[in-house]
Amino acid sequence: MLRFIIERLLTMIPILIVISIISFAIIQLPPGDYLTTYIIQLEASGDSVSQSEIEGLKQRYGLGQPMHVQYFKWISGVVVGDFGYSFEWNQPVNTLIWERLGLTLVVSISSLLLTWIVAFPIGVYSAVRQHSPGDYIATFVGFLGLSIPNFMLALILMYGGYRLFGMSIGGLFSPEFVDASWSWAKFVNMLSHLWIPMVVVGTAGTAGMIRIMRNNLLDELGKQYVVTARAKGLSTVKLIFKYPLRLALIPFVSTVGWLLPQLISGSAVVSVVLNLPTAGPLLLRALLGQDMYLAGSFTFLLATLTVIGTFISDLLLAAVDPRITYD
Amino acid sequence: MNKPVENNILEVRDLEVKFFSDEGTVNAANGVNFKVPAGKSIGIVGESGCGKTVTAYSVLQLLPSTGKITNGTIKYQANDGNVIDLTNLKSESRAMRRIRGGEISMIFQEPMTSFSPVHTICNQISEAIMLHQHLSKQKARLRAIEMLELVGIPNAKRRVDEYPFQFSGGMRQRAMIAMALACNPKILIADEPTTALDVTTQAQVLKLIQGIQDELNLSMILITHDLGVIAQMVDHVYIMYLGKVVESGSVYDIFDRAKHPYTRDLIQSIPKLHGARGERVTSIAGTVPSTYKLPKGCAFHARCSDMFGNICRTETPLPIEVGSDHYVSCFLHSREEGKNNARDAR
Ligand SMILES: Nc1ncnc2c1ncn2[C@@H]1O[C@H](COP(=O)(O)OP(=O)(O)OP(=O)(O)O)[C@@H](O)[C@H]1O
Ligand SMILES: [Mg+2]
Repeated sequence: MLRFIIERLLTMIPILIVISIISFAIIQLPPGDYLTTYIIQLEASGDSVSQSEIEGLKQRYGLGQPMHVQYFKWISGVVVGDFGYSFEWNQPVNTLIWERLGLTLVVSISSLLLTWIVAFPIGVYSAVRQHSPGDYIATFVGFLGLSIPNFMLALILMYGGYRLFGMSIGGLFSPEFVDASWSWAKFVNMLSHLWIPMVVVGTAGTAGMIRIMRNNLLDELGKQYVVTARAKGLSTVKLIFKYPLRLALIPFVSTVGWLLPQLISGSAVVSVVLNLPTAGPLLLRALLGQDMYLAGSFTFLLATLTVIGTFISDLLLAAVDPRITYD
Repeated sequence: MNKPVENNILEVRDLEVKFFSDEGTVNAANGVNFKVPAGKSIGIVGESGCGKTVTAYSVLQLLPSTGKITNGTIKYQANDGNVIDLTNLKSESRAMRRIRGGEISMIFQEPMTSFSPVHTICNQISEAIMLHQHLSKQKARLRAIEMLELVGIPNAKRRVDEYPFQFSGGMRQRAMIAMALACNPKILIADEPTTALDVTTQAQVLKLIQGIQDELNLSMILITHDLGVIAQMVDHVYIMYLGKVVESGSVYDIFDRAKHPYTRDLIQSIPKLHGARGERVTSIAGTVPSTYKLPKGCAFHARCSDMFGNICRTETPLPIEVGSDHYVSCFLHSREEGKNNARDAR
């Protein structure tokens, strides 16, 4: 087992290296770089830029140098935890991203939990009581949830919240906390705002998850080992929890890994609409403005999260399914 | 005859089972009759799809929700001596669950899929023991090991903690037998216990079942589509065709004095070990009719080589006693018309 973990960890290293190269290359694809955009902007607004200043910037970031030189400048910083400098914000990338990444994880993981808490029991019920009125209702509501776009749901909730309660639903904090440093009060304030993005991001996922859970469980319920367990005299509830449910969870666990990036990218649009201080909007802006270190670091960190997620789901899978061997 | 259960531990009368679905109604059992004398073993034989598994599932109330027992009684002499009609018990009732696995247990057709793949053998065997005998986990585990030793699993102490996928097919079926017998049931239903195994393993497992049946004085229902398997294993044989028992009798009656054309065809189709080289195994002509729409008259008439007249097509033959405890449902042998008909037919 330990060997398995170490081996899996080691294979992550080349994967991450490839990912870092690809993220960096993609950001470099559009013609020009931040500096050219920046100079044009400055000149357009009538400011003059001294040649020495431009040279200094170029020197500092290796702009204009071949791509691999720029890449190595960036990656050697990343290795020691320095993700470079954001041109647009005029701040180190490090000060910009961590809080946003953290909040992204908070929103994503809490939506994921909501999804599971709601979808599991409904999916199980739908499967066990297949073709019952409850099953049909769950199916109908599920399809509704699947077919409403997230941003639409966000707009509806914002409108409803404004009309009915006169409150503006947006952001993750009340205005007085936005720039405050972290405290218990700020945390509580965040929790009170969290439910909207949770509902918005989680709805489609919940609907999909209900279908998956229902189908997985239906598959398992029809299997011979369920009859064997019934023939032993187990009660239905005990039986379902011990056998088919356990097996129906296996495909679930194996997909936990790619749920994470899906949630993060899926929540980008919602974050823009709801004005959430998460990673999505910042990444979008950085990409548009060719703010390359910021964009590159973000892409790289999200990809890293995915790799870690896959690793975790591999471990979980090995834990729930004894048929998986470690070699 | 009026007393339903003489010394029969189980007596099934006129059992009818139907499956209801959008495509139509499947008539899986259409009046099955058989009885299991205490301590004896009976065999139920018939081609694939004739309703053997459905009959076995009915006894234990294991039918899926689409399947319903629409008629008949299943009288079971419980441990306390009372006779219960199992069809009156709700499938998930406490009383039914106590019988299931505790008093009547079952071995299934498919050893590969009959165990949960993610629970250890120990877990799955001791579960039944803890449930019915209220033993502690440790004691149940010891009992599981003891049972595995009984069915001839080498290294049982170690292997008990393995998963089903680490067992071969034959070993899984042995483990299945161990599981079925762990709670000292009175009746064992073995549904084609060896069909999925290779010939050598088949023989070993059958021998094991027979030995255990003798030793524990079990009553047993052995289900198979292979008449050859049954000769040395059981006392009394029931031949099923399309959800009905068409002939029943002692092993000698069936093998030496078979009366029903279907039974004779079945016997013909047993591959003979010492037969002349190159001798072809005869299989029965035609296929089993659809269970959606039962044929009128005798269910077998379309395939029957002895069919002799309109009556086979229009009327349903009733069981006739043609010898002591030897019954056949065929107009060839019906008392009044049968003899004449048979003569006419020649
Ligand atoms: N769940 C079900 N839904 C609908 N029809 C079913 C179901 N289970 C069995 N049947 C039908 O009932 C009939 C009897 O099936 P059964 O499984 O009892 O046959 P069998 O004699 O055990 O055959 P085999 O030797 O193949 O195991 C068949 O026509 C089958 O198609
Ligand atoms: Mg069967």
